[in-house]
Amino acid sequence: MAMIVLALLALTASIAFMTLGARGNWSFIIPFRGAKLLGLVLVAYSIAVSTVLFQTITGNRILTPSIMGFDSLYILIQTVLVFFVGASRISAANPHILFALEVSVLVVFAGLLYRWLVSGAVRSLHLLMLVGIIFGILFRSTASFLQRVIDPSEFLVLQDRLFASFNSIDSTLLGLSVVMVMAVSLAVMRMLPVFDVLALGRENAIVLGVEHRRVVTLGLGMITLLVAVSTALVGPVTFFGLLVANLAYLLLPASRHAILLPAAALIAIALLVGGQVVLERVFGLDAALSMIIEFIGGIFFILLVVRGAAR
Amino acid sequence: MIEIEKVTKSYGETVVVDDISITLPSGGVTSIIGPNGAGKSTLLSMIGRLLSPDAGSIQVDGLDVSKTPSDVLARRLSLLRQDNHMAARLTVRDLVTFGRYPYSKGRYTVEDERHVGDALRFLGLEACADRFLDELSGGQRQRAFVAMVMCQNTDYVLLDEPLNNLDIKHAVEIMRLVRRAADEFRKTVIVVLHDINMASAYSDHIIAMKNGRIVAHGAMQEVIQQDLLSEIYETQIAVESLNGRRIAVY
Repeated sequence: MAMIVLALLALTASIAFMTLGARGNWSFIIPFRGAKLLGLVLVAYSIAVSTVLFQTITGNRILTPSIMGFDSLYILIQTVLVFFVGASRISAANPHILFALEVSVLVVFAGLLYRWLVSGAVRSLHLLMLVGIIFGILFRSTASFLQRVIDPSEFLVLQDRLFASFNSIDSTLLGLSVVMVMAVSLAVMRMLPVFDVLALGRENAIVLGVEHRRVVTLGLGMITLLVAVSTALVGPVTFFGLLVANLAYLLLPASRHAILLPAAALIAIALLVGGQVVLERVFGLDAALSMIIEFIGGIFFILLVVRGAAR
Repeated sequence: MIEIEKVTKSYGETVVVDDISITLPSGGVTSIIGPNGAGKSTLLSMIGRLLSPDAGSIQVDGLDVSKTPSDVLARRLSLLRQDNHMAARLTVRDLVTFGRYPYSKGRYTVEDERHVGDALRFLGLEACADRFLDELSGGQRQRAFVAMVMCQNTDYVLLDEPLNNLDIKHAVEIMRLVRRAADEFRKTVIVVLHDINMASAYSDHIIAMKNGRIVAHGAMQEVIQQDLLSEIYETQIAVESLNGRRIAVY
């Protein structure tokens, strides 16, 4: 029931996005807005699914990939690539191959870095959060340091690549992103019951016959791909995933990922597309959607931390 | 049969399990007793492949626990731990149903439902089957986890201090259930216990551990001895016979 309402909300937001204030030639509007809509939906879906999976793997409902610094790592990788390979060669390269390369580097590094962190080696939640936040800051400052010392003309190329936002979605990568998201979704679908068991915690999952190391590694791989898609399309969004994942837990008191994942994705689509409509049509693009999302999501994060500490 | 050979485990500098070799017989209830920090839970976790030993090997029915696929072992060996904190919000029925995962991998059948129903009835959890775990008392929660282990229906059942949080009524119920599992269903139950008298009343074999080593093992009567227990717990313990039971007084 709640799922139908969420689906209707997401659909309404999408229709409003396509039609509101549309004047002029439809053969222009449909592909133009359609590409934007597709981008927003992909981002919403990737963030929602990656966050819920991450929280299942870590057994913790406050951590998200972005709080742990995943997207900062992606930006660092992009920066390092331009820094060492050079902007001219980067610009000449096929953007799809480049994206694939960046994503594979990200998967390898995130796999190495985060596997021991999330597989239960670090027991204290506060330590885990602290490590994640410090990682995030480290990656971001290293990236901005490299951006300062880089050749100005190369910096322009880099800035162009990093300047994606909700208003200017990087549409060259849409096709490849769709393929990646579909592939990850198929893999996730096959593993839905495994993720259900994983939510019982490492020990219980092992006792019930889940190859914990393998599943966590696979899951982190999927999460990394999804984070790469959303970061490539619109740049880092820190608190949105936390918001939609916890809204999903709140609205649907189910433990099965077959319900949680679509619910979180629908909430994310409704919020993101709906938010963009309100922003474009009501506020006339005066504010940035990411700012509003981060503001609300940040407050929500603080609330969760405070409530968690009180318990 | 569980064969433990030269198993050692240390955390940093501290050796928790120190070169233990022992063969645990099939069938019956085996209790592991000993003071805090003796390595009881660590040993149990290693048998249940939650921890990997630093050295040595553990075999269950000839299957090496570190090399056998986890899902094969999950149909032979189940384990209930002391603390079962989880982020997910589950109903009792959901939790118990997970006990069938090793068999149906998430596609639960009528057969699975029957097992779940049986387990819920057996532990008197039918009334609260659809309540969430975080709404239950400690005892009900513990029984829900025991029901999940029961659903897993394995030949070997490892229980790590299953009587924690339980009052006498529920503790006795759990121990009777353990006894029945061994007598009627021919299960091999290995249970870590703190209460010596629970161990003496309900087990066939007892393993006494101290400082990571096995100090004594054998039939219940051989281990529940005045001198032995006094030495293990570093406390004066008298053992009396009462209605054919051996009771430790301390």
